[in-house]
Amino acid sequence: MSELDSFREEARAWVRENAPKSLWGTSGSGPFEGYWGGSKCEETDPDLLRWRDLGIEKQWTAPSWPIEYGGGGLSREQEDIIHAEMKAIGVPRPVAGQGLAMFGPVLLEYGNDAQRAQHLPGIARGEVRWCQGYSEPNAGSDLANLQLKAERDGDAYVLNGQKTWTSHADLSDWIYCLTRTNPNAPKKQMGISVILADLSTPGITVRRIDLISGYSPFCETFFDNVRVPVANLVGKENEGWTIAKAILGHERSSIGRSIARQPGSAQREVVARARKHFSAEEGAIPDPLIRDEIASLGMLEEAFHLTLARIQESAATGTPGPEGSITKIVGSELKQMRFELGMKVAGIQGLGWEGPGFDEDDLQYTRDWLRSRATTIEGGSSEIQKNIVSKRVLGLPEGKK
Amino acid sequence: MSGHRAPSLLLNDEQRMLKKTAQEFIREKAPAARLRVLRDSKDELGFSRAVWNEMAELGWLGLQIPEQYGGLGLGFFDLCIVLEQSGRELMPEPFISTLLLGTQALLLGGTNEQKQALLPGVAAGERLLAIGYEEAGAPVVAKRTTDGFELNGQKLQVLDGHAADRIIVSAATGGGGASLFLIDPSQAGVSTTRQHRIDGLSSAILSLDGVAVRNDAIVGEMGKGASLLEAVLERACAGASAQMLGASEQAFADTIEYIKEREQFGVPIGSFQALQHRAVAVFTEIALTRSVVLAAARAIDGAPDDVPRLTSLAKAMASETFLHAAKEAIQMHGGIGVTDEHDIGFYLKRAHAAYMSFGKPSQHRQRWAELHDY
Repeated sequence: MSELDSFREEARAWVRENAPKSLWGTSGSGPFEGYWGGSKCEETDPDLLRWRDLGIEKQWTAPSWPIEYGGGGLSREQEDIIHAEMKAIGVPRPVAGQGLAMFGPVLLEYGNDAQRAQHLPGIARGEVRWCQGYSEPNAGSDLANLQLKAERDGDAYVLNGQKTWTSHADLSDWIYCLTRTNPNAPKKQMGISVILADLSTPGITVRRIDLISGYSPFCETFFDNVRVPVANLVGKENEGWTIAKAILGHERSSIGRSIARQPGSAQREVVARARKHFSAEEGAIPDPLIRDEIASLGMLEEAFHLTLARIQESAATGTPGPEGSITKIVGSELKQMRFELGMKVAGIQGLGWEGPGFDEDDLQYTRDWLRSRATTIEGGSSEIQKNIVSKRVLGLPEGKK
Repeated sequence: MSGHRAPSLLLNDEQRMLKKTAQEFIREKAPAARLRVLRDSKDELGFSRAVWNEMAELGWLGLQIPEQYGGLGLGFFDLCIVLEQSGRELMPEPFISTLLLGTQALLLGGTNEQKQALLPGVAAGERLLAIGYEEAGAPVVAKRTTDGFELNGQKLQVLDGHAADRIIVSAATGGGGASLFLIDPSQAGVSTTRQHRIDGLSSAILSLDGVAVRNDAIVGEMGKGASLLEAVLERACAGASAQMLGASEQAFADTIEYIKEREQFGVPIGSFQALQHRAVAVFTEIALTRSVVLAAARAIDGAPDDVPRLTSLAKAMASETFLHAAKEAIQMHGGIGVTDEHDIGFYLKRAHAAYMSFGKPSQHRQRWAELHDY
């Protein structure tokens, strides 16, 4: 038996022995499900908190981070194994969120030792929650057009401007921002820097954005003469675009993977809804056209999982390549297909917004369907992903945008 | 997928080498442009025995045939590597009829004598096989005689039936059951008429008029021909999907090359986003199809429980991908794409034929739904 195989057995045994039974089957085990932590966290589920503590104690909340920064000091492959074993029984990771999935890996690669020592242990223990300050009102798909000003004043940067779509800024403790440090650079990509800010700093205001689903996962974050120490600059001044692209790479692959859930689960979900709404407990789904659509969904889902496994197997390094873009394109389309079909089988029982006459599951499902419309937009729209694949993978010439 | 490790979807070193060698050989000896020559010269066979024999010498026809029957004893996965490459150039040689249908029927249901008699010849490129199972109007019935059976009826669209040395025929054997019989087309009462298809492949109308066979002509168990045939067709689906994958890749690669070079309005047309995004859609479908084709081939070698669902998945997805890739290829080639002078049109013809063969995607989705209990 290879070393990894015996590690897999160890991981499987530990996860199955320790994960609280109430959490089994509750999660696709992506990096954004489960306990997000932070100082504003109001989580009360004792099992989720116990699972967090066990993960921290085992040093498996950030398995591949160095031990000195609160990680487990394991390899990437071992980390993948741990996550796969959690996924296999549908339990969330002990700690989830942006800090672990996106900011931490970037700080490990581009930050300095002092920054790593200051920030990583808090992330690994789920004590400090991070959010991402990327988009602005005039910098969406054209992200490099961002204008949040960061001006040097003694030992501080002074931040002025606005970020938007800052996920869960209202629940976070810190934000990592793309800022404009040189407004006169010859190319707009060249005057950008990554700066970290404590959200409790005077001058920062956070306002929630209500979505069509009624959820408010995103915020607008305003900066009015916000002073942050120069030590909060990550990497070199004006060279933040490279880091931004690396974060986006992590984001795309993690969004794709987080959509993945458990193999077969999308098909099972829609079949169960069809059985409920068609009152067909067993046998063939009575509407043959719907049945064909469900089969298309199930087939795409299986193909997506097989492709994820193939990409993972062939990726010698942990850095997501351009195929991460395909992951995001397919994963987001799959998610929308699943909700559309789930809504289609519900018919008029899926029309409820709130109140009597609709059951809780259907109300929730309708909200989730509305929320799913954002998956092909957030984290780089499908169109942007296609531009990237077209240029970097297919080598097609750049044209007018 | 939980609990056990999924089989690898990657090629090992030998398999990568096989893929490269096959690709180079086929590109040089069997380019798609041959289809035009074979068609216009009204070639008697519609494919090249010489190329087939060369492939036999390279060991590729016997890749999956056990060593005791003259093959290399490798897996179905290995066979699919060569099939994929044969698909790139739309080779009209009898891969499906001989290596998939005929050989798989013998491997799955043949007696030792039958295998000994035929498989070494298949591996050596000397014997061609076919299966007749499609009917219209005159079902084939096998009537018991004192020392065997008498077969009467007609089969249609017997792929490569015009060239086969032996044809396996399904026939009703009473009580609602069917059995498979091995017949020699040269024997009395058998006649074949070649059918010319749009995709450059040939099939045959097979007429059986009082054809006498002995008991030892039965392949598999008496009365259980339907389930054996189903297992054979599953393998045909997987192998045909590997060919469709290769064909999709080639049509797509040719198209990308073309839109990088072809200029209009003073720029390469590949710089237009309207084409780029559609190209990425095809690229994505091919990536997904590759995964399901590899998974189906792996299942045939080692995970029998997954074979029905994964072969249906592969056939459904490869069919849709190939047809889409071929249609987009023609559209992106513009006017030249609809001329007979250019090879890209052959890809559309093969895509349509492959789509319709061994079950349309809608039939495989229905089967998939049944296999998943809905």
